[in-house]
Amino acid sequence: MPKQDTPQQVLAGLTSKNQFTKTGTTICGVICKNGVVLGADTRSTAGDIVMDKNCEKIHYIAPNIYCCGAGTAADTEYTTELISSQCKLHRYRTDRDTRVATAKTMLTRHLFQYQGHVSAALVLGGVDVLGPHLHTIYPHGSTDTLPFVAMGSGSLAAISMLEQGDADHQGWRPNMEVEEAVDLVKRAIHAGIFNDMGSGSNVDICVITKDEAGKVAADYRRNTDIANPRKYRRDVPYKLPSTRLVEVNGDMDM
Amino acid sequence: MMLEGHDESFNENPKANGEVSLGTTIMAIRFDHGVVMAADSRTTTGSFIANRVTDKIYKVTDNIYCCRSGSAADTQAISDIVKANLTVHSLELGQPPAVNTAAKVFRSMCYKYRDQLSAGIIVGGVDSTGPHVYSIPLGGSVVEQPFSIGGSGSTYIYGYCDAHYRPGMSKEECIEFAKSCVALAMSRDGSSGGLIRLAVITPDGVERQVVTGIEQ
Repeated sequence: MPKQDTPQQVLAGLTSKNQFTKTGTTICGVICKNGVVLGADTRSTAGDIVMDKNCEKIHYIAPNIYCCGAGTAADTEYTTELISSQCKLHRYRTDRDTRVATAKTMLTRHLFQYQGHVSAALVLGGVDVLGPHLHTIYPHGSTDTLPFVAMGSGSLAAISMLEQGDADHQGWRPNMEVEEAVDLVKRAIHAGIFNDMGSGSNVDICVITKDEAGKVAADYRRNTDIANPRKYRRDVPYKLPSTRLVEVNGDMDM
Repeated sequence: MMLEGHDESFNENPKANGEVSLGTTIMAIRFDHGVVMAADSRTTTGSFIANRVTDKIYKVTDNIYCCRSGSAADTQAISDIVKANLTVHSLELGQPPAVNTAAKVFRSMCYKYRDQLSAGIIVGGVDSTGPHVYSIPLGGSVVEQPFSIGGSGSTYIYGYCDAHYRPGMSKEECIEFAKSCVALAMSRDGSSGGLIRLAVITPDGVERQVVTGIEQ
């Protein structure tokens, strides 16, 4: 019978083996008519352990630009926050909405400067005055501009859904309607969730579109699909709330 | 030192360092009044193809283009910096920059940071002195050639190119030569594939072409 580690031993093992909290991850993005749809799973892991069953991998960069992040969770979080803040200052300085190319350049320069040691693989998508844009950014600082992309450990499963589809559904094609694209992204993330061990839990979606008037709106649909609901829950043997109030002192401020 | 297109981690653990490389077959040929640049379209991370429709022919100025091979991050960063430098230079000069100048700017960066970079670049363009092709391989040397091949796939076509290249070929002959060279390399090199992208640079402008499927 294998010996069970104590929680302290597990944590010690994680730090010594350099198993930082990573977003195992499936993230993807597609360009559709008038906009961009981004999708991500919600599992974050440290080695073999799931650290967060419902984390947020779609990060805010600007009102019209969002960025999915795979790799080391701290790196993706910090890098996207840094660039988001730089973009806000840039908006104040230029009195214009941020362009996706600006965010892309800032992210690329930052990652290239750190020569791949900042382990952040990003899917950057947004709509600006020039239209919808979608880019992948790799940890060493290279970028690709494509109509559909997937990154992370589940990217192989996701990209196969985007390239080919399955028996009942088609893959990506140009000028898809927004809801069709959302459905495609959901299926791609599903493929990652169920076929990749580093990805799991739920699906987050972010839809960024420009309407006829030219106004750009971002619709962040957190937990749009709870693919792995917690089915079994044992009732607790006590009634909640369990702390009995004896006496309330008049002034609660200390 | 890491060879173009193949790193040591390739066989044990393809995604060991996650570096994105332009496996690549690139070439440029000079003809009487212009240059034909050609490249495949595959970018790989280990054995996974990150982008199967990459454009490796990058516009440095209206009259000068470069073909990129080696590390995607390094070549993109270098190309962006050289493009910015040459844009300012041409504004100060008051005319389009010479291809020679572009090659020197590339070289200065590739040589200075030769230990940190993995970039093999072919510069091609047309200026007031005519068409030119410069090759800047890994160490940062520059050499002007009538035609130049580069990338991991080029090793398979050295013999073919030497046997079939003739000085004084016409534009159409050069285009067909480039297509057949890149196609042959793509069929033998695992790190090259996808489409064949072409750019034909003449004093009248630049014509971009795409060839899908491997020509027989």
